[in-house]
Amino acid sequence: MRFKMATETASVTQKTEKKETSTLLSTITGNLRQYGIVGALIVIVIAFQILTGGVLLKPNSFVSLIQQNAYVIILAIGMVMVIIATHIDLSVGSLVAFIGGVCALLMEHYNVNWMVAILVSIVLGLVIGVWNGFWVAYVRIPGFITTLAGMLIFRGLATVIVGESVPITSRDFRGIASNYLPNIFGYAGTMDILTLVVGVAIFALFVFLQFRNRSKVAASGLEPEPMSLTWIKVVVAGLVIGFVTYLLANSGNDTTGGIPIMLVIVGILVVIYNFILTRTVFGRHVYAVGGNRKAARLSGIDDRKVDFFLYIHMGFLSAVAAVCMLSRLASATAQAGMEFEMDAIAACFIGGTAVTGGIGTIPGAVIGAFVMGVINQGLSIMGVDTAIVKTIKGLVLLGAVAVDLMSKRKKG
Amino acid sequence: MAEAETILRMQNITKTFGPVKALTDVNLSVDRGEIHAICGENGAGKSTLMNVLSGVYPYGTYTGDIEFDGKLCKYKNIKDSENDGIVIIHQELALIPFLSIAENIFLGNETQKNGVINWQETHAKAQELLDRVGLPEDPETKIMDIGVGKQQLVEIAKALTKDVKLLILDEPTAALNDEDSAHLLGLIRDLRDNHGVTSIIISHKLNEIADIADNITIIRDGSTVGEMFIDEEQPLDTDELIRKMVGRPLTNLYPYHESKIGEEILRVENWTVHSPLDSERVIVDNANFHVRAGEIIGFAGLMGAGRTEMAMSIFGKSYGVGISGDLYIHGKKHELKNVQQAIDAGLAYATEDRKAYGLNLLQNIRENSSLAALTKMSKMGVMDDNTERKSVEEYRKGFNIKCQNIDVNVGTLSGGNQQKVVLAKWVISNPDILILDEPTRGIDVGAKYEIYEIIDRMADEGKAVIVISSELPELIGICDRIYTVNQGVITADVSKEGFTQEYLMRCMTKEKDEI
Repeated sequence: MRFKMATETASVTQKTEKKETSTLLSTITGNLRQYGIVGALIVIVIAFQILTGGVLLKPNSFVSLIQQNAYVIILAIGMVMVIIATHIDLSVGSLVAFIGGVCALLMEHYNVNWMVAILVSIVLGLVIGVWNGFWVAYVRIPGFITTLAGMLIFRGLATVIVGESVPITSRDFRGIASNYLPNIFGYAGTMDILTLVVGVAIFALFVFLQFRNRSKVAASGLEPEPMSLTWIKVVVAGLVIGFVTYLLANSGNDTTGGIPIMLVIVGILVVIYNFILTRTVFGRHVYAVGGNRKAARLSGIDDRKVDFFLYIHMGFLSAVAAVCMLSRLASATAQAGMEFEMDAIAACFIGGTAVTGGIGTIPGAVIGAFVMGVINQGLSIMGVDTAIVKTIKGLVLLGAVAVDLMSKRKKG
Repeated sequence: MAEAETILRMQNITKTFGPVKALTDVNLSVDRGEIHAICGENGAGKSTLMNVLSGVYPYGTYTGDIEFDGKLCKYKNIKDSENDGIVIIHQELALIPFLSIAENIFLGNETQKNGVINWQETHAKAQELLDRVGLPEDPETKIMDIGVGKQQLVEIAKALTKDVKLLILDEPTAALNDEDSAHLLGLIRDLRDNHGVTSIIISHKLNEIADIADNITIIRDGSTVGEMFIDEEQPLDTDELIRKMVGRPLTNLYPYHESKIGEEILRVENWTVHSPLDSERVIVDNANFHVRAGEIIGFAGLMGAGRTEMAMSIFGKSYGVGISGDLYIHGKKHELKNVQQAIDAGLAYATEDRKAYGLNLLQNIRENSSLAALTKMSKMGVMDDNTERKSVEEYRKGFNIKCQNIDVNVGTLSGGNQQKVVLAKWVISNPDILILDEPTRGIDVGAKYEIYEIIDRMADEGKAVIVISSELPELIGICDRIYTVNQGVITADVSKEGFTQEYLMRCMTKEKDEI
């Protein structure tokens, strides 16, 4: 993923301290894969900002970008873990329709409280995860086949239970996808104060974590990354967080605005799952199984258990995505979630996940989802036909993976 | 012996892989209509020589001359040598499991007209060939449905379609049971006597060679060291053969070490393991052995003796089916059903194939080293980074793993350093019994010495160390006691006084009924 921005960053750094340049450069080239996709996203955002005449990054279209793509991010979080472990899940789109259908029926036909309905949906997602996981892990049917079957099974069941459509009447439930966090601190001019507070807190946390990480690395006797790189990170993060905070604080209308609830849900899931994948024993097992299953087995790792739990996680995340989607569309249909699995898989691959497993990160997949989302949003603001949008998304996927493969081949 | 005409003459063959000289001025001369055996230790260069002959390594990548059937040969690929009637059957069979016997026999050589296969003729011809090799199977049977022994016969049938003059068999009986081996050897003899086919056979089974070969060429460390002739009046002198195979001088490549041997830690009794591919075939046959604290024991055996299989079957049944026998650790009987239980019981097994079974090449030194001990480095399932870094860092220094830092991918390390990472992984898991399978395979002399030092240190810490190695000098240099293994049977328990290469090799080739 070597796009322009990465090299631009590199050339900027050359002008900074000469002493550190060589180590800084080597750190950056070593992580090009990681930074490259971020650079690509920035290039795409700038390009569409120009092409749409500045509409893309208006506060409200930014919020709708998040609300519209939340489902891809939620599904991509699980998908990237499944792909790292050398499997795939094709059933998530159908699960969104089926679980969404069950949730809608509970609320509308059986008058179940919306919160209870969400809880039941999540449990249903976990149960379906156990189902998929059982076939993959303990019967050893490849994930591709198991979930291809699941894709048909749950799409069929969704059509059976939903019929034409089930509209949602609960205002509270519909609010999940469209509401903001309450405006508890009032406004500063046009800006929601809560958003500003959260923005500053996140930036402070970022800086704190960067420096704590440095001291931790130094404490264990290793050489930390060059100081200039840390500062560059802090400055870039400051700019990005500041800009997003500004957009969010100005979003909404006269009575409401600020941080969309969907962003909170997505944010929490990303943080938790990134923690699971990078900091827990389970996360290590996922990478170990994906990188070399035989070696992992000979190291005492139960690869079947890993597979099993991965599909349960995927079932859970599918349920969350189903609830979000149902809230957004305000009506359950059998067609809901069509091709969502493809969007999630594409996001993973654009975000640098290896087709053969073993390599991939959740931040990468999230950025991959944003790349797809921005292209979608930008082109639709420009009034481009949806069929053409699809074609362009396909080309972007192909191009991203091609660049990735070629850069790897050069290295090897 | 009647006046024989030479069919193959290989002269001064030298082949290098990078800086490594695999063959140096090897000479081989084979008479028409004989069965010629090539003998040598593991890694002596036998297979390399055959690959040179068959064009796997094309003309120009080696030096020296090959003369076959009176013609100078310049083979660019296998097809060229096959056209001249040289067919090689590799140790790993080259059959396609999902295709039928007939399809495999004629693969690449189909009975066809304008690209359309004539199935009647294919099957009729295949049937004829199967009759010739004595395989009573339907030609439409799929390869995956027949055993390895029968697959070997299909390979020979395939060779016969190519008008074979010289048949090369690389360890043809290594994976076969006694009955299948006898049938195969009978077939090779029949091809010689009734069809004039010359054969070259590479084998580790000395009794087999004594039985079938007319002539033997012995290769050691990439050079020809001698030839031997066998006929009825003059049977094979196995001792002489062994002397020629191993006669390598022992040099001072091993650190001085005096073991402080303590209590018995591991005892294995009546251990029997069957092959997962053929549950009838016995891979480990009623093995008994023990190791004590601070002791370094060796398992010596030729390729396919069943040493790795024995170690892996002990290590939480990672290999084999129908495993029986008793295992005692610190005098207590254990039933280890999986690898995790084996690790918990204090066992560690460092594999012979570090790339396929030992390391995750996509991850870094830290992540690979801690993999077998993650539970010890975490609280409530969350990794404790500091503990992990500290202990991996300790072994990076202790084992002198040459790298920038522990966050370097293991894929970029040299073989010796990769091996040290594998060792670090198992030492970090803090075992009582450390099984090291070919710990110095494919690494340079300096790194080898360091690994021997690590092994000595482990023993000094009171661990029981088991080393499996194909290099006899290495075992002699580092072990306190050596078990020799042949075809799944532990043939001898040799103490330090008996450590000579000749004696060990004799034990390694001893048959079960000779014990």
